[in-house]
Amino acid sequence: MSAIAQPAKPDESTESSSSPKLRTRPLAATLILFGGLISLILGIGVSVSFGAADIAFSTVWEAVFHFNEDLTPHNIIMELRLPRVLGGAMVGASFAVAGALMQGMTRNPMADSGLLGLNAGAGFVLALCFAFYPGLPFMYLILYSFLGAGVGAGLVFGIGSLARGGLTPVRLVLAGAAVSALLAALSEGIALHFRIGQDLAFWYAGGVAGTNWKQLGIMLPWVGGAILAAIIISRSITLLSLGEDVAVGLGQRTKWVKLVGTVIILILAGSAVAVVGAVGFVGLIIPHLTRYLVGVDYRWIIPCSAVLGSLLVMFADLAARMVHPPYETPVGALVALIGVPFFLYLARKEGREM
Amino acid sequence: MNVQLATTERRKTKRGVTIMLIIAAMIMITFIISMNTGYIRLTPLDMIRTLIGMGTHNQELILFQFRLPRIVISVLIGAGLAVSGCILQGISRNALADPGILGINAGAGLMVMLYVSYFPTTSMRSVFLLPLLALLGAGLTAALIYTLAYRRHKGISPISLILVGIAVAAGISAVMIVLTLRLDPDKYQFVATWLAGSIWGTNWKFVLALLPWIVVLLPFVFYKARAMNVLTLGDQLATGLGAPVEKERLMLLAAAVGLAGSSVAVSGGIGFVGLIGPHLARRLVGPKHQQLLPTSALAGALLVIAADTIGRTVLQPTEIPTGIVVAVIGAPYFLYLLARAKA
Repeated sequence: MSAIAQPAKPDESTESSSSPKLRTRPLAATLILFGGLISLILGIGVSVSFGAADIAFSTVWEAVFHFNEDLTPHNIIMELRLPRVLGGAMVGASFAVAGALMQGMTRNPMADSGLLGLNAGAGFVLALCFAFYPGLPFMYLILYSFLGAGVGAGLVFGIGSLARGGLTPVRLVLAGAAVSALLAALSEGIALHFRIGQDLAFWYAGGVAGTNWKQLGIMLPWVGGAILAAIIISRSITLLSLGEDVAVGLGQRTKWVKLVGTVIILILAGSAVAVVGAVGFVGLIIPHLTRYLVGVDYRWIIPCSAVLGSLLVMFADLAARMVHPPYETPVGALVALIGVPFFLYLARKEGREM
Repeated sequence: MNVQLATTERRKTKRGVTIMLIIAAMIMITFIISMNTGYIRLTPLDMIRTLIGMGTHNQELILFQFRLPRIVISVLIGAGLAVSGCILQGISRNALADPGILGINAGAGLMVMLYVSYFPTTSMRSVFLLPLLALLGAGLTAALIYTLAYRRHKGISPISLILVGIAVAAGISAVMIVLTLRLDPDKYQFVATWLAGSIWGTNWKFVLALLPWIVVLLPFVFYKARAMNVLTLGDQLATGLGAPVEKERLMLLAAAVGLAGSSVAVSGGIGFVGLIGPHLARRLVGPKHQQLLPTSALAGALLVIAADTIGRTVLQPTEIPTGIVVAVIGAPYFLYLLARAKA
């Protein structure tokens, strides 16, 4: 288990000191990628067939490949279930890759878009949008959401680095908690004043219920492009994760890599929050799990995180629908129930090192 | 030498008393402003006339049944939360401790919510039961955080206490979200405003339910001020001075939990008061608890009564829950403290 607690650092315990090679497991990674993709497809099938009205697998197959708009089950599948399941998968991949990049770039084991204020920032700007431009097209909402994520991150990192002694993981988490509290309070005030609390409430808790094809269409190029870009810069991220000095020594232009990485993180977190709301902890758990499974090479970590992240959110959404049917439990709450113990474990580890 | 020390000591005490009187005067002024503001405006003259029993029936109704209990409650919970924060900061020797940040408020909230979702909220029985339940929830959460943050041989490090607190608060609020969705719409509305920290118990019954806790616990804590002074020196020094460290700490912790729990039962999730109150007080009167504790109580009361007044007036006719106003003031202050803290 000790490997989990040593993120972004070469794991010396499993390698003899004579070999400076980093611990990677390409085989495990390939297995995760293929196994993960297969279970993702199976999971989509299962997830689509379960719900308030159970639908047989054969009907799901029919609906996807021989769509007939006169049949109600076909319509349920194509209009309600499939988009939300795909949306959940996409959001999971976004949060997980954003988390992996943040942890790699800042060498901070407790980095997560929820903990560091990105989600709250995006949420705040979205609350503003709902209040002042009701009915704003999703295309613009998502752009504002990027902006909000940037504002949240800027506040947290700015205040964190103002402190004497510079940025430490713990200080960032504390600043993130306070900034999130502030932005959440402001959004709540806005929601109450403009009476949009009902619209925002479920969205705050996090849920993929309302996802439709149009949103997916707008989101896909952003998320797809960002994940692709993340994979392209993954080599540089691995070097950065060894430490700024090492990366510079190896001829990296670290400023450039950090800039590109930050833009990617903002796009991923922003678009994910625009679709599901403030779901935290995905970006915390998944990269740690992935690093434990496949080693420290970000060329493997990023794609594997994407796959595992989408699996997590998809199954959390499935569970959210099954806990108390026909009501839905917010996905964010369910993920938090897994995420909190994990965070406690990390906090304990981190505290020990200080 | 000794004489000189005694005179500076006396001068400091005098200064502390002056500061407390000033804050008390500010509370009185805010009190009067708060009595006048609201959906229906009353002139100061009307107010005084009503207070001495010469107002119209409507004016009496507004003042005595709606505004006065609410203001009294905000003063009480402000004092309770601030003193609770002051104790927590003292015994954990952690400048960032606050019952809200540490998740104690969330624990109390969870119990209140569980009760509200199964029983009616307005009966007399539940008015007195709620503080007890909130206390139970706060106590359990405090015990949980204490156990999780405790490490053998090292005791409790300030930072791990806060990290564990943040995580526990996040976990509890996730559980609460899961639970709220099962409620019917009426109760959902109640719980939602409660969570945002609005002073919902605008009723003399709640004043009665809260008052015994504050009246018993505050003097007890003030009486323990000397023990707190010793505890803040650190465990080793305190033991060396002959203080029963563990026993004192446990008693004070219980008092802090009691104050936070009973306040939260009436006020809902108001955070940051326990952080700001003691900090302001420390800046004004210094670290001696004989003066720090009462000044914290006054500063907390002033903060909550002011926040409540602001919340009622800024965006009329919408009432912004007090908790939101306090968070908007408190979070930047927390960040400021964080930026100033040494690594």
